[in-house]
Amino acid sequence: MSAALLLALLAGVQARADNAQVLKIITWADYVPAEVIAQFGKETGIQVQVTLSNNEEMISKLRATGGAGFDLAQPSQDRILGAQQEFRIYKPFDTGKVRLDEFVPELLDIIRKNATIDGKLYGLPYIWGTEGLIYNSKRTRISDYPDLCKPELRGRTAVRLKRPTLMAFALASGRNPFALYDNTKAYTALMEQVGKTLAACKVNFRFFYDNKDQLLNGVRSGEIDAAMMWDSGGWALNRANPDIKFINPRSGAIAWMDTFALTARGRNDAAAYAWINFVMRPEIAAKVARSVGNFTAARGAEALMDPRIRAQFAETFPDGLKNIKWYPAIPPGLEAIEGAILDRVKAAD
Amino acid sequence: MPEAPAAAPWYRRLMLGLLLAPALLWLFALIVLPHVDLALLSFRERVAPRQYVASLAQYRTFFGEPLYWRVFVRTAVLSALATALTLLVAFPIAWTIAKLARGRMSALLFVVCLIPFWVSETVRTLGWMILLRESGVLPALLVHLGLTTQPVELLYHDATILVGLVYTSLLFMVVPLVGNLESLDNALIEAAYDLGGKGWSILREIVIPHAAPGITAGCIVVFMLTLGNYLTPTLLGGKNSLWFTEQIYTQFITRFNWEQGAAFGFLLLALSTAMVWLGLKVSGQRFSDVMRRA
Repeated sequence: MSAALLLALLAGVQARADNAQVLKIITWADYVPAEVIAQFGKETGIQVQVTLSNNEEMISKLRATGGAGFDLAQPSQDRILGAQQEFRIYKPFDTGKVRLDEFVPELLDIIRKNATIDGKLYGLPYIWGTEGLIYNSKRTRISDYPDLCKPELRGRTAVRLKRPTLMAFALASGRNPFALYDNTKAYTALMEQVGKTLAACKVNFRFFYDNKDQLLNGVRSGEIDAAMMWDSGGWALNRANPDIKFINPRSGAIAWMDTFALTARGRNDAAAYAWINFVMRPEIAAKVARSVGNFTAARGAEALMDPRIRAQFAETFPDGLKNIKWYPAIPPGLEAIEGAILDRVKAAD
Repeated sequence: MPEAPAAAPWYRRLMLGLLLAPALLWLFALIVLPHVDLALLSFRERVAPRQYVASLAQYRTFFGEPLYWRVFVRTAVLSALATALTLLVAFPIAWTIAKLARGRMSALLFVVCLIPFWVSETVRTLGWMILLRESGVLPALLVHLGLTTQPVELLYHDATILVGLVYTSLLFMVVPLVGNLESLDNALIEAAYDLGGKGWSILREIVIPHAAPGITAGCIVVFMLTLGNYLTPTLLGGKNSLWFTEQIYTQFITRFNWEQGAAFGFLLLALSTAMVWLGLKVSGQRFSDVMRRA
């Protein structure tokens, strides 16, 4: 009896000792490749545990625990400010512990603008990319978001029933939703109008997808001819089948950037800083970039990027990043307005 | 010793309390407490970041926005329909297992009903998706047989949701029905035939009244499972699923609106309670009898 008790106690001590060497990250698929985890483990002795998620789930999970359970999260840059003001799930970075010169300065500036609260920085850039349109050039040809609603594409397109879709169709209607973020009345009116457009377009959507694989599946099986999609997925499809194109829509692709954010009650900040400094080394960042198929915010990693992806980038964006819209930080409460509109689209006949 | 008789009941009461403690703790910590917390959540409203006031706004939103009403009623109606269909499908199966098949055959049939439950609901539902999607097995078969010229999309319809729900809940109807039908004495049916009864009248006058507690128990279980199902309607219904549990998930996870989600949760709880009460009243059964038979 006492031997068993002792054993249990020892096991508890052992588990605690192990805990100090574990870094828990909540992130997106492909952002933390196994190869990089192994290399980090060899170098530092720290184990990395990965939980896959998306923006909304990340915030909800951290909200439920008051920012505990994970040491590092990777929300999109526009999703930090509002979530922090509302739920206090993050803690600021000690910028002295990060090698800031490893980051692309322009991307760091965007984060500084969107994720600084009371002079403290709550995010660091990691991976960025764009969301635009894909289409199968054998079946159709499109150039802007509303083209997904063309009558001949009935039942053959797909979007996500989430805010990026609202933003895209708002931009395509000639208005700038980002300029109205702080004007609740005008923003609600614009969203209502976009909601009507999407409801009328619903016959064209075969489904609303929740993850990349669902859409890739639909396109590969030939059920989907055109869709809103991230660049990495679009380029992956294009590499497998050159008929499928990823394009920058006339109204402009929307650029997102996923970040590092320290959780409010994370237990292993030291490991989190070590990890950030590790993965932002150009050669490691290039490995991550190959795993995701997107560009990272590490300075000098672009030169090590897969030349095929660089060529695809040049083909999609011949004018560089001129016609790309970056998301500004979402103020608290904005998502309630959008939520009501998305519910109505879902319920439309 | 004068204390002895008094000590025994005290001791026994303590034993009873200790034996019940795990169940009571479970009930209290995992069911009562979270519900109290949710109830409190549902009666407040966010007025500014991190500021909440007591209010009925969440319930007002539900009654004021026809959209939520529609989904609520739709979920109730489709769940009732799925329950009725499950009963129709399960009754002949249960009858075969309980009355027609003998020995090993009856055990085998039971296992056949059970086998799909060896894999998780997700896998079963994905299986249906592989069968029914436009590039899937069944549409290809229909084209091959010449019944359709083009592959048709069989997913994302209400009928698809019903198929999935009936499939998922079949076992929960078959089990109580088999139990009830097995206890029905064959001599009663033979006597009914001797007295000139026909198949239909025997079913109505003898079999159904005997199996009524089993039918009610099965219906209650299936209805509750269906009403609270999230996966099947969402995956098979796609863009048109409109299931109330999905609304609750959306409010909690993607809208960060726990208050609205909690209110929706309580409305669903009220709905299932009301429907079960109504079912018992209509069928003239008593809850305690039904639960004993289930």
